[in-house]
Amino acid sequence: MSETAYETVIGLEVHCELSTATKLFCSCANQFGSEPNTNICPVCLGLPGSLPVLNRRAVELAMRIGEALSCRIEPSIFHRKNYFYPDMPKDYQISQYDAPINVDGHLELPDGSRVGIVRAHIEEDTGKTTHVGGGGGRIHGASYALVDYNRAGVPLVEIVSAPDISSAAQARAYVTELRAIVVAAGASDGRMEEGSLRVDANVSVRPVGSTEYGTRCEVKNLNSLRSLVRAIEHEAERQIALVSAGEAVAQETRHFDESTGLTHSLRSKEEAYDYRYFPEPDLVPVVPDEELLAAARAGLGVMPAERRRRLAELVGSDGTVEQIQTVIELDLDGLVLAAVAAGADARLTLARTANEAAARAEGARSLDPGRFAALLEMEAAGKLSATQAKTVLAEMIDSGGEPAEIAARLGFGAMASSEIDALVDALIAAHPAEWERYRAGDPKVAQFLMGQVMRETKGRANPKVVTAALEARKG
Amino acid sequence: MSEGTEGHLLDRGVRAIAHAVRSGEATAVNVLEEALGRIHEQDRSLHCFNLLTEEAALAAAVRVDDSVARGVDPGPLAGVPVALKDNLCTQGIETTCSSRILQGWRPPYDATVVSRLRQAGAIAVGKTNLDEFAMGSSTENSAFGPTYNPWDLTRVPGGSSGGSAAAVAAGFVATSLGSDTGGSIRQPASLCGVVGIKPTYGLVSRYGLIAFASSLDQIGTFAVEVGDAAAALEVIAGHDPADSTSLGQPAPSLLEGLYDGVDGLRVGLISDFLADVAESCSKAADDAGEALARAGAKVEQVSIPEMLLGLPAYYIIAPAEASSNLARYDGVRYGLRVDGPDVETMNARTRAEGFGAEVRRRVMIGTYALSSGYYDAYYGQAQKARTLLIRAFEAAYERFDVLLAPTTPSAAFRLGAKTANPIEMYLSDLCTIPSNLSGHPAVSVPFALDLDGLPIGVQVLAPALGEAVMLRVGAALEAAASPSVRGPARVRRAGGEAVPGE
Repeated sequence: MSETAYETVIGLEVHCELSTATKLFCSCANQFGSEPNTNICPVCLGLPGSLPVLNRRAVELAMRIGEALSCRIEPSIFHRKNYFYPDMPKDYQISQYDAPINVDGHLELPDGSRVGIVRAHIEEDTGKTTHVGGGGGRIHGASYALVDYNRAGVPLVEIVSAPDISSAAQARAYVTELRAIVVAAGASDGRMEEGSLRVDANVSVRPVGSTEYGTRCEVKNLNSLRSLVRAIEHEAERQIALVSAGEAVAQETRHFDESTGLTHSLRSKEEAYDYRYFPEPDLVPVVPDEELLAAARAGLGVMPAERRRRLAELVGSDGTVEQIQTVIELDLDGLVLAAVAAGADARLTLARTANEAAARAEGARSLDPGRFAALLEMEAAGKLSATQAKTVLAEMIDSGGEPAEIAARLGFGAMASSEIDALVDALIAAHPAEWERYRAGDPKVAQFLMGQVMRETKGRANPKVVTAALEARKG
Repeated sequence: MSEGTEGHLLDRGVRAIAHAVRSGEATAVNVLEEALGRIHEQDRSLHCFNLLTEEAALAAAVRVDDSVARGVDPGPLAGVPVALKDNLCTQGIETTCSSRILQGWRPPYDATVVSRLRQAGAIAVGKTNLDEFAMGSSTENSAFGPTYNPWDLTRVPGGSSGGSAAAVAAGFVATSLGSDTGGSIRQPASLCGVVGIKPTYGLVSRYGLIAFASSLDQIGTFAVEVGDAAAALEVIAGHDPADSTSLGQPAPSLLEGLYDGVDGLRVGLISDFLADVAESCSKAADDAGEALARAGAKVEQVSIPEMLLGLPAYYIIAPAEASSNLARYDGVRYGLRVDGPDVETMNARTRAEGFGAEVRRRVMIGTYALSSGYYDAYYGQAQKARTLLIRAFEAAYERFDVLLAPTTPSAAFRLGAKTANPIEMYLSDLCTIPSNLSGHPAVSVPFALDLDGLPIGVQVLAPALGEAVMLRVGAALEAAASPSVRGPARVRRAGGEAVPGE
């Protein structure tokens, strides 16, 4: 029996809350963390007789996302998506259906792969239900439910990818990149932990080489990147096991359980809602006028791909992909660019930023690039050892100050090379046997000699200078 | 019940009342007391009102009189008693849509039209009865019992704005507000012998009107005379930022030139309803055409066969929108709740007990029409029919300034006559529905009496925002008709008797 190899096909739906001051259809505050049911009014409560009025700023931010994802921005209309749920005040959701605002874009990932964007449309968020008593917060077995409508009517953009993603790792990279894009566009704060970015995954499997898609399952409740990866890996394994055993995958919606790492069925295709979409008669079509388009374009920040390109031009792309990604994710690429412009060595700057500065990212964002450059120059010139430079950098980030002053205060003042020369001469005299072995190229002895100098100088000597002094005496 | 040769101020209409109150000749409090006196005396047998707001009305009337005394203008409708259809939200005042499901609900806000009336100095006396959620043509679908026609208590006042129409016909108020989704202002106006205006879609804000079918609903006014209905409409019309479908225009001037006549106007008399309306109704429309011709208009018959697409298209589109608009009555947040073991059962029990039969029927029709697999065959087709109808209207308005048609297929029918057969009831709106689907304005003006002495209205239809010319034609018809066709006039003529049946 031959073993068939399977590949995973993934499409992601990402719901992204827009960072407008007010909700999508009323003037209530769009604010996370308020007392329950304080940011509400007749409109977002869907009281009889109330009517929605579209928030122009939300349209502009949605257009920014479209621009950033290279979408076509089209005239669009709103539809009603009808289904009963207690946290949906009108028992329909105002969303976009067959005429969404953004269509047909794409997103390039740091590894060079490209994921298509089918659409990115505007819709309103629902309220939030908390089930109390019984079944551990789940609907079954709960004795009652509390509904908070603060989130009802908060503007969302739902970004639907093409089924172009082939692994959990790529899915993770896609969401990471998408998050960076919506943040850079000023459209969302992108906080997964607060629910401003929520992901559903459509997962299917097929034999490698097949051009037809397998039956897909939609996996919900992916509240972190970790959950996204675990859920996709588990779901792909589950489906491969089924298909390998000759069984069919049922099209259904599945819930990811963070505690077990498993997915379980929520509802089958037969139980799926019939949403009875029809055009929302209370709203007029959205026509992207030039003024709005211009505002959307003007508001776009620099996208992460462009930021990666700028850094790669400076430091070269070989072996630096991960460091570049790290500094961009932590929003430290500006520091790198400025420090290099001030004269620092590009690779050294990137390395110190991606490692040491990254460990103190928040403080590092306000680090003065001129002082950072000065520190890096001291290290490059051998006035500070790498270890010393790292210590000074940490101090600069935590407490501020000039690198030279900090180094002096910590006793890192560069040792005169004459002082090191004298030490090295004394060392050779004290250990003639070891010296001979060093001259013969024994690396273990090199370490021994370096250790002796460091012990004498209490670590103040720059290892590069010591090595140079030793080499000079080899003859 | 006479007060000099001119009769009671309350019977002299909106403009006369406002003039008298603003000039200090009469007080708002006196006018209000007269209105409340009649209502207390007679509304037990008519049931126009679901609720009276006497205390608030008295306070408002005192404020108006106070303004006059201080020399401050209380507004164009100063002291005018007005009745509000009970699907218009009134802050802190029960608003029910004549449905059990909303019984006891007090909105936290006023509809835009309600605030505008108040700012204009009008005095809201109460909330009027309607077919539940405005679904019906007789006001028999009210959960709180029917309204009776002031002309004959064995007959319906029409619907769904039956309470508002009857309240004006009975002389309780000088004007009232209704809503017209498929004829719900014009049909009861015709059956009650009063004027009813359905304005252009978007001319009047829908904010605070509890939705039945959002793309068709429009608020309008009733009064005994065209000019009085127009005066009230001027106050409630105009752009409202709270309604996205509200038109950008400021409120139009409707009274200027109202009585300039119809000389040279091109009038098309629609011939396509002949087969479906009573002879008395088609004759009234023919006579109206002749009257306009005598007044100088060029009147021509015109066939617009697409008119007959209206009724079937309407009975897909309106229920479809209603099925969605009425989803929110689920027992979760307000109104009736009938408990159950889980939320789905609670939703279902609440809706089964809270909605009447006609509402349930339309919610089911609408849900079916929008369902996956049926959408194209029903909703999609209905929208195409709607487009054809709009094009046909537009073509007709290239040849005519206004169109003329019967308002209803018959005069007021007897209570219970059509309740067993929904389709027959639906046919009551045959002539009025096309204007809702096109969004164009129309007015029903009382024009004739049938052999039973019941009033019959005729309809003037106009292109979008053609209210001024439409009402000018309406005023000309009014001038040509016998005063005996108007409600309160009939009460007066009866020599001080109360409304028929008292």
